Amino acid sequence: MTELASLSSDEASKADATTFYIRGLTKVYPSGETEIHALQGIDLDFHKGELIVLLGPSGSGKSTFLNIIGGLDTPTDGQVRFHDTDLIALNDRDLTSYRRDHIGFVFQFYNLIPSLTARENVALVTEIADDPMTPAEALEMVGLGQRLNHFPAQLSGGEQQRVAVARAIAKRPQVLLCDEPTGALDSKTGIGVLEAIERVNRELGTTTAVITHNAAIADFADRVVVFGDGRVTEQRSNAQRTPVNDIHW
Amino acid sequence: MRALDKKLFRDLWHIRGQAIAIAVVIACGVSTVVMSFGTLTSLQVTKNAYYERQNFANVFASLKRAPKSVLDHIREIPGIKKAESRVVAGATLDVVGMNEPVSGLLISLPPALSGALNNVLLREGRWPEPDRKSEIILSDAFADAHKLGPGHTISAVINGYRQKLEIVGVGMSPEYIYAMGPGALMPDDKRFGVLWLNRKAMAAAFDLDDAFNDVVLTLFPSAATEKVIAELDRILEPYGGAGAIARKDQVSNAYIANEMKQLDAMGRIVPPIFLAVAAFLLNVVISRIIATEREQIGLFKAFGYSNAAIGGHYLKLVLMIAVIGVLLGFGTGAWFGRAITTLYGEFFRFPVLYFHLDYQVFAVAALVSLGAAAGGALTAIRKAVVLAPAVAMQPAPPTVYGRGVLAALGLTRLLSQPTLMIFRHIGRWPLRTGLTMLGISMSVAILVASLFFYDAIEHMIESIFHNGQRQDVTVVFNEATTPRSITEIRAMPGVLYAEPWRAIAVKLHKGSKTERAGITGLETHTILHRVLDLDLTPISMPDHGLVLSTTLAKKLDVVRGDRVTVEALQGRRYTREVPVTALVEEYIGAPAYMQLKALNRLMGEGDLRSGAYLQIDAARADQLYRQLKDTPGVAGVTLQTAALITFRNTMAETLDIMMSFYVLFGGIIAFGVVYNSARISLSERGRELASLRVLGFTRGEVSYILLGELGILTLAALLPGCVLGLGLAHLMTASMQTDLFRIPMFIETSTYATSVLTVIIASVLSGLIVRRRIDNFDLIAVLKTRE
Repeated sequence: MTELASLSSDEASKADATTFYIRGLTKVYPSGETEIHALQGIDLDFHKGELIVLLGPSGSGKSTFLNIIGGLDTPTDGQVRFHDTDLIALNDRDLTSYRRDHIGFVFQFYNLIPSLTARENVALVTEIADDPMTPAEALEMVGLGQRLNHFPAQLSGGEQQRVAVARAIAKRPQVLLCDEPTGALDSKTGIGVLEAIERVNRELGTTTAVITHNAAIADFADRVVVFGDGRVTEQRSNAQRTPVNDIHW
Repeated sequence: MRALDKKLFRDLWHIRGQAIAIAVVIACGVSTVVMSFGTLTSLQVTKNAYYERQNFANVFASLKRAPKSVLDHIREIPGIKKAESRVVAGATLDVVGMNEPVSGLLISLPPALSGALNNVLLREGRWPEPDRKSEIILSDAFADAHKLGPGHTISAVINGYRQKLEIVGVGMSPEYIYAMGPGALMPDDKRFGVLWLNRKAMAAAFDLDDAFNDVVLTLFPSAATEKVIAELDRILEPYGGAGAIARKDQVSNAYIANEMKQLDAMGRIVPPIFLAVAAFLLNVVISRIIATEREQIGLFKAFGYSNAAIGGHYLKLVLMIAVIGVLLGFGTGAWFGRAITTLYGEFFRFPVLYFHLDYQVFAVAALVSLGAAAGGALTAIRKAVVLAPAVAMQPAPPTVYGRGVLAALGLTRLLSQPTLMIFRHIGRWPLRTGLTMLGISMSVAILVASLFFYDAIEHMIESIFHNGQRQDVTVVFNEATTPRSITEIRAMPGVLYAEPWRAIAVKLHKGSKTERAGITGLETHTILHRVLDLDLTPISMPDHGLVLSTTLAKKLDVVRGDRVTVEALQGRRYTREVPVTALVEEYIGAPAYMQLKALNRLMGEGDLRSGAYLQIDAARADQLYRQLKDTPGVAGVTLQTAALITFRNTMAETLDIMMSFYVLFGGIIAFGVVYNSARISLSERGRELASLRVLGFTRGEVSYILLGELGILTLAALLPGCVLGLGLAHLMTASMQTDLFRIPMFIETSTYATSVLTVIIASVLSGLIVRRRIDNFDLIAVLKTRE
C-alpha cells in the first residue's frame, strides 16, 4: 500500500496540490580529502502553480537544490517526491524521462543549439513531448513571434534567453526551473526574460523556481526562499506579486 | 621546467587518446618507409657485394659450339675486362624420393677458380679434384630441399647417358640467386638444381673438347654494353650464337630488380597517404585545442609572452606527437623489414642477407614526417599567433550557421531536429567534412588496393593455369626433333593427349626498336596450351603472322596489322617480315606465338618440335615419369601442379605478411580519422549535447546526433573509397609492372566488401569508445561553464 493511499481525502487533495515534497535533503561532495556539505537538511514544499524565487550568496546550495529537484543530480540523503514519484528511487534512464516529461530548464548561459533556428530549437523539445504547443506558439508567448527563423548567432543575449524559455515551456511542463536566467543580461533585457517567465507561470500554471543573486527580483514571486550555507535561512510570502515592469536593478 | 612546458605535457596527456591515434597513423607511414627502403637497401647492398666478390658477369651469351680460339677474338672486343668460356647444358636428375624427373643445369667450372667469373661460393665440402669426372658441387637451395650434401650421390641422364655423380661440395652463385628451372614460373628448389662439374667432364659428356657453348664477360665501367653485345653477336653468329644478353636481362638479376622495383613503389606510394591523413588530423586537433584555449592564449599574451613563444608552444605539441609516431614507426618498420628480409632470404639465395638499418632512411622518414605534421598544423597555429589578446579574452562568438540547401529544398520539415543538427553541422564545415570523408575514403582505398593483390593472383592463376596452360606435364627435348618424337611420347604409359610445340629465340625489329623474344609455335587449335586474347578467351593460331603479347607490342610500339622484322637467332638465321595478326594478354614475361607450321616455314629447317604438352592419367604418372627420366632426348620435364603449388606458396608467403600489415594500416587510418572526428565533435558540441540531455534526451538520442554524423560521413566515404582504391590499385600495378611480371587489374566484389566492412568495424569501434564518454557526461559542469 502506498503512502499516498493512506492519507485522508483532505490530506490527499493537499498532497495533490504539492508539486514537490522535500524533507531532510542533504548533499555532500567529496573535495580532495575534505567534504563539502552543499545541502544540510532542506525541508520544503512547492505548490502547484507557485512562482518561487531562491535567493542566496554563491555556494549557499541553491543550484545544487535546483539540480536535484530537476533530476540532474542525486542527493546523499533525504526525501524528494514529485507528486507521488520518489525521485531518489529513479535510475538514470528514469531521470531522463522525468526531465523529458515534466521539467523545463533555463540556464544562465542559454545553451541553445547554434545549428538550429529559434523555431527548430523549440521543435527539438516539442518533437519528443506528448502534448506540446507549437514552436510558434511558444515563441509567441515569449515575444519572439517575429524571429522564428533566426539562428542563435543572429539573436541578442536577451532574445537567446527568451528562446531558451520558450524551449523550456513548449512541452507544457509541470515545473520550470531557472538558474540565474538574467545573470548574463542587463536590466532591460533581463526584465524581458522575467516577463516571459512570469507570463508562462500565470497562463500555464507551471510551478516555477527562479534562482537569482538579485534581491530586487524577489518581489515578482509568490514566495521567496533564502539559502545560506546549505540551509534555508528564511522564507517569506509576498502578499501580492509585483509586476515585472515595476522591478529595477 | 618552464610553466609553459609543463602545460605542454599536461595538454599532451589530456589529448592522449587522439595523440596516440595520430601517432599510430604517422607510424604506419614511417614504418612503410623504413620497411621498403630498408629492405631495398639491404637487397641492394647484399647484392652488390655478392656480385662484386664473385665477379658476376655483365654479359651472357650461349651458342651451339665454337672452337677455343674464338674466345681470343672475343677478348679483342674493346671494353671487355675478362671473358670466360663455359660448357652449359641441361640434364634430367633422378633424386631418391622423387618419382617425377627433376631438371638440372650442368655448368663447367673454370680451370682457375680464384677470380673466375660467376664464381661459385663453396658453402660446405670441397672443390672437385681436377681429374675426377663424377665429382660435383651442388647448388645449396637444391641440396637443402633434398637434404643432400657432401658424401651423397645423385643420378643424372647427361646427354642421353645415365651417370652417377658424387656430391663433394655445396655451393651458390650470383647467377642463381633466384633459380628458375626451364619453363617454370617461380623458383622450385625441389625440382630444379644447378650442378658444377670439371670442364673436362663436361667436355667429354657433350663432345666439346677444346670448344665451348657459353661465354660470360665482365666489362670495364666505361664500356658500352650494347656495342659489346652487338660485336659479340657478330662473332658468335657462325657458331650458333643465340644472342647475348646484358646483366639486366639475366633471369635471376631481373627478378631481384623486379622485387626491388616493387619495394620502391610501395615505399613511394603508401607513406604519403598516411602522412597526409596525419597532417589533416593534427590540423583539426590543434585547431580545436587552440579554440578551447583561446582565453588562455589571450592571457599569456597579456602577460607578455611573444607570438613566437605561443606559436612555438603549439608547434612543440605537434612535434611531440609526430616524434612519438616516428619512433613507433622506426620500431615497427625495423621489425616488419626484418620479417620481409627473412622471407626474401628464403627465395633469394644470398650467402647472407641481413636487414640493414640505414640511418639515412631513418633520417629522411623522420624529417618528412615531422615536416608533414608541422605543415598540417600550420594554419591552426597561425590562428593562435594572430589572435589579438583583447579579442582572445572575450568568448568566441557563437558559430554562425545557415539554413543551407535543405531549407532551400524545403526538406527541413521532413527531418527531425536532431537529424537537422547533423546535416547543418556537416554543411557548416564543408572543408573539414570533405577531408574527414577523404580520410575515411583513403582507409577504404588502402584496403582495396592491398587486398586486391589476392584477387589479382587468383585471376592470374585462373588465367595461366586454368584457362591458358592446362597441360599436366611439359616435356622439353634436347633439340628440335621430327614429329616422330611426339608419336613416341603419345605411346608412353599414362599419356592421354600430347600437343607439340616449338620454341625459337629471335630478335624482333620495328623501326629503331629491337627486342629479344621467344616465339612459341603451337598448332592451330590447341586444347592444352591455349593462348588467350584480351578478354581471356582462347584464340586459335592464325595461319600466318605473329601473335604478340601486349607487353611486347608496347615495347615495339606496334598494333595489329603492323609488320615486324623477325630475325631468328638459331638455325639458318633467316630474317623475315611478318605481320602482327593478333594481340594477347599475358601476365608473366613478354611472349610471342605463331602457328607451328608457319614458324617452321619461317625457320626453313623442316617440320620440327621442341617439346610437347601432355595431359596424363594421374594413376599412371609414376610409370610415365620413370620412362621420361630414361628417355635420352628429353632434357627437362615440368609438372604443372607442382608449378601451381610453388606459385601459390611463394605468393601466399609474401602476400600474407604484407597484407596483414596493410589491413591493419587501413583499419588504423579509419580508426584514427573517425575517433579523432568524434572526439573533436564531442569537444566542440559537448555543451550542446549536454543541453539536450538536460532537456530530456536519452543517451542514445544524444549519441545519435554525434555518431550519426560520423556514420553518415563514413557511409558516404565508402563508395568514393572504393573508387579511390581502384585508382590506387591501378597506380600500384602500373608502378610495379616490369618486363617479367604484370599484376592484372582485377578486383573481386568481395574485396570491396571486405574493405568496406573493415572500415565500418573500425568506425564503429571508435564510435563506441566515444559513446562511453557521452554516457559519462557531467551535465551540471558543462552547463555551468561559459562557452
